[in-house]
Amino acid sequence: MNTPAIRQWSWRNTLGVYLREAEYQFWGMLRMPGFALPTLLFPTLFYVFFGLIFSHGQSRDILTYMLGTYGTFGIMAPALFGFGVGVAMEREHGILALKRVAPMPPMAYVFAKVAMSMLFALLIVILLFILGGLFGGVRLPRREWLGLAATLILGTLPFCALGLAVGMRVSGQASAAIINLIYMPMSFLSGLWVPLHFFPHWLRELALALPAYHLAQIGLSIVHMGDGSRFTTHVIYLLVFTIICLRFAQIGWRRIQDR
Amino acid sequence: MDRQHDSQTVLAALKGVSKCYGSITAVDNLSLDIRRGEILALLGPNGAGKTTSVNLLLGLAWPTTGTAELFGRSPREVATRRRIGAMLQGAQLGGHARVSEVIALYSGYYPNPLALAEVLRTAGLEGLETRPVVKLSGGQKQRLLFALALCGNPELLFLDEPSAGLDVESRRGFWSAIRRLKEAGRTMVLTTHYLEEADALADRIVVIHHGRIIAAGTPAAIKGTLAQRRIRCMTRLTLAQLRALTGVTSVKQDGPRLEIVAAQPEAVVFELLKLDSTLHDLEVSGARLEEAFLALTDETRVEKTA
Repeated sequence: MNTPAIRQWSWRNTLGVYLREAEYQFWGMLRMPGFALPTLLFPTLFYVFFGLIFSHGQSRDILTYMLGTYGTFGIMAPALFGFGVGVAMEREHGILALKRVAPMPPMAYVFAKVAMSMLFALLIVILLFILGGLFGGVRLPRREWLGLAATLILGTLPFCALGLAVGMRVSGQASAAIINLIYMPMSFLSGLWVPLHFFPHWLRELALALPAYHLAQIGLSIVHMGDGSRFTTHVIYLLVFTIICLRFAQIGWRRIQDR
Repeated sequence: MDRQHDSQTVLAALKGVSKCYGSITAVDNLSLDIRRGEILALLGPNGAGKTTSVNLLLGLAWPTTGTAELFGRSPREVATRRRIGAMLQGAQLGGHARVSEVIALYSGYYPNPLALAEVLRTAGLEGLETRPVVKLSGGQKQRLLFALALCGNPELLFLDEPSAGLDVESRRGFWSAIRRLKEAGRTMVLTTHYLEEADALADRIVVIHHGRIIAAGTPAAIKGTLAQRRIRCMTRLTLAQLRALTGVTSVKQDGPRLEIVAAQPEAVVFELLKLDSTLHDLEVSGARLEEAFLALTDETRVEKTA
């Protein structure tokens, strides 16, 4: 083979692999209408219907509150579906095997999907903030806009971990159904569609077990609309939840590797 | 570098590898060397253990016992994998990314990738670079898999059932691409269940059946062993009598008729007619590869007991 000067591999090349992988993943998902459209449209349409149209004339507080709840609802989707369905499908279609054989660091695969989820979360946040700020008259100090945005974007992480744990285990065919069975009931039971104080007491207790509830409460407490529970409790819950999911994902990964 | 020495260099090896899935032994104490510059064909029927052998060499499967080595090291090291490329069986590419984008992504994993134009030319994907992967035909997707395997300019290429799903014309094109890669000095391992394909491409054929190597040698030698014929007829002769004939690989009852597999059918038919003048419904046909494999395994069993 006539290879001229053999170039050495450096950390810069590795960094390049991570960035290209993320770029490829993001554009791939953005160009997939079955993923991009519901992900970007559901939270924004819910906000328009239930916030801007149905609550018309009521206090702006509801519109601020809904930025936190529909924001949480929105950012869960790219993480859960991107990982849960994406990993299951790529595993089943032999794409994961292709990447394992290629000299790609396995973490680049995870990083790319996290970056994709966060970029989608950013788009959802921008869309909701434009709707709330320009059309709903929501007024917040800049610090709170940024705090809420950061919460929603970083808040994708626990759901990335949950999706990864599911995607490592379930079949590609079953994955979309299973993710929906997690996503929809969790959104409802965490008070993302109907505020929790409309729920019977025992159902409210259930919300405490759900990561979506805790993320929404962090966001809401930033705009001073939390239910009075402690900020650090929510953060610790989400950290522990993420670690448990990653542990399950790791077990799944080992099972794939040891085949 | 000294050529003689070069061709002795072992790039990849399985050393006494067994691989069990539960109670099923997919690969059974198999040892294999892949030497620099050769095209090695793993030939065998479906389920013989070819893909498992390749997966063991690639680090996609881990041996139950024994070791798999790539360049004398673990196949799971990223640095080792920079020197190989692989076309995996059953990998289904999809998504809305364009052909050139997918190739660019995979090229980026390697330190010295080939130029995009060269990859497209070798894989026969010219003119398709802007097409989204989802819109490719089955054969085109297969060629894209080939492109992804070779884009990193690897020293060693693994091609698992590379021509599966290709029509006759694309298969010929594919074969000439493989020959050009060989002329450029690349080492290749390919699996196939077509003797014709192994014969057309390989320097060395290893025949695998039930996870074991049952024959290994040059294509000419293997073809001689595997080119079996099937004789079917109605005869009064017993199975035992037929088995005793020279040149008979195997005999079995097929309804009222007897079925004999032999390398030289003429001599066997001559003997048959001498022994049984009432013999009728005679039919000689080419044996299927599966039958030839069976013949080989029977032979090895006989050799072992002898």
